Amino acid sequence: MSEMPYTGARGPIRPAGERTGTSLADLLERILDKGIVIVGDIRVNLLDIELLTVKLRLLVASVDRAKEMGIDWWEHDPSLSSRARAEVEAAEQRDRLEHDRLAEENRLLRERLAALEAAAPPARQVGDRPAGSSGEAGHGGQEG
Amino acid sequence: MNHHTGRHEPGGVQQGTAVYLYGVARGLDPGVLGGVTGVSSAAVRAVPAGDLTALVSTVELADFGEDALRDHLEDLDWLEATARAHHEVVDRAAQAAPTAPVRIATLYRDDGRVRQVLQEQHAQFTRVLDLISGRAEWGVKIYAHSEAFETCEPEPRPRTAGGRTGTAYLRRRQAERRSRQDASRRVGDYAQSVHERLIQYARASRRHPPQDQRLSGHAGVPVLNMAYLLDDEHTKEFLDTARRADAELTGVDVEVTGPWPPYSFIDTTDTAAGDRGGGGRPGRGEAP
Repeated sequence: MSEMPYTGARGPIRPAGERTGTSLADLLERILDKGIVIVGDIRVNLLDIELLTVKLRLLVASVDRAKEMGIDWWEHDPSLSSRARAEVEAAEQRDRLEHDRLAEENRLLRERLAALEAAAPPARQVGDRPAGSSGEAGHGGQEG
Repeated sequence: MNHHTGRHEPGGVQQGTAVYLYGVARGLDPGVLGGVTGVSSAAVRAVPAGDLTALVSTVELADFGEDALRDHLEDLDWLEATARAHHEVVDRAAQAAPTAPVRIATLYRDDGRVRQVLQEQHAQFTRVLDLISGRAEWGVKIYAHSEAFETCEPEPRPRTAGGRTGTAYLRRRQAERRSRQDASRRVGDYAQSVHERLIQYARASRRHPPQDQRLSGHAGVPVLNMAYLLDDEHTKEFLDTARRADAELTGVDVEVTGPWPPYSFIDTTDTAAGDRGGGGRPGRGEAP
């Protein structure tokens, strides 16, 4: 029945699950930002607690490791991951932009090269202009 | 049982006392709180209101006033002591009756205000208590140790010591990397399969982020950190399943903690998930 074992076998796999053995990490992840929220008479800034929780969560390690194992569920859990997801999306966006930028740059260089090849007398060979301009575009990176 | 608290010293913000509310129980025998100390080592008492009972103790505003709290919350030692005390009170009550934990540092002027809140919020408490009655939370963490990442197959040896060693070296490195990835994937799949077996016995599950090793002090790589809400009568099968899983894969530990008061299943946006029965949050592979 439901009278069963609340007091029963505490931590049967790790028998040291007694109070003294309750790990701080286990405790904080349950106590800090959980529990019914009701307005008290003394205004505790919940934000302070939330901030603290965020700080502790920032300690969260091994996310890359977990991803390597194919465990990326929390990326779909908005409460855990809005930040992580935002980061991933930002990175992807950066990659896309970088890719577009490079493609555009390539195109412009090819055009310029073609124009040079078409227009320039064969005497004015490789050396100065084309190499110089491609080098600039390499790190300059502004278009438009 | 007549406690007088909440005396107001005019002007002095840090003077006087307040009442700290730990949680709300239903049908609790106040006797179980005998000898329990709460935050600041104060005696815990019951404030009854109808079928509900508030678990409270008196605290000094010098410690729990607005300013004092702001400072204290930055202090990990203070925080730990407070969190442990908070947990002990809730836990003690939860062993005797359905108990809904209240957010840490919820403070009232006096017992009268607490009673008033119980009456005003009766419906909300009842809803939460209905959800958690006869149930408890269990934590399951999976850790992988270095053995788990060791490769099973023998690595290809370089054939010749001649001019091809560079290529052979690179090929060997590549093979090593691949088999490490395979091992990681195997650990991940295993964690997923453990979750799928455990969720069968659970009402609901919540995923916690993997714990930082500096905080947990655990040597293994944290792979999975879950909380399950179990009907009490499913506890045994759940624990047996976890124990079998623990013995299954070399270098991988399945660690169970609990029972916990159902902290992880309260005040999340979809608390009602437990009512729908058997529904865990969708994991990888649990998809439609």
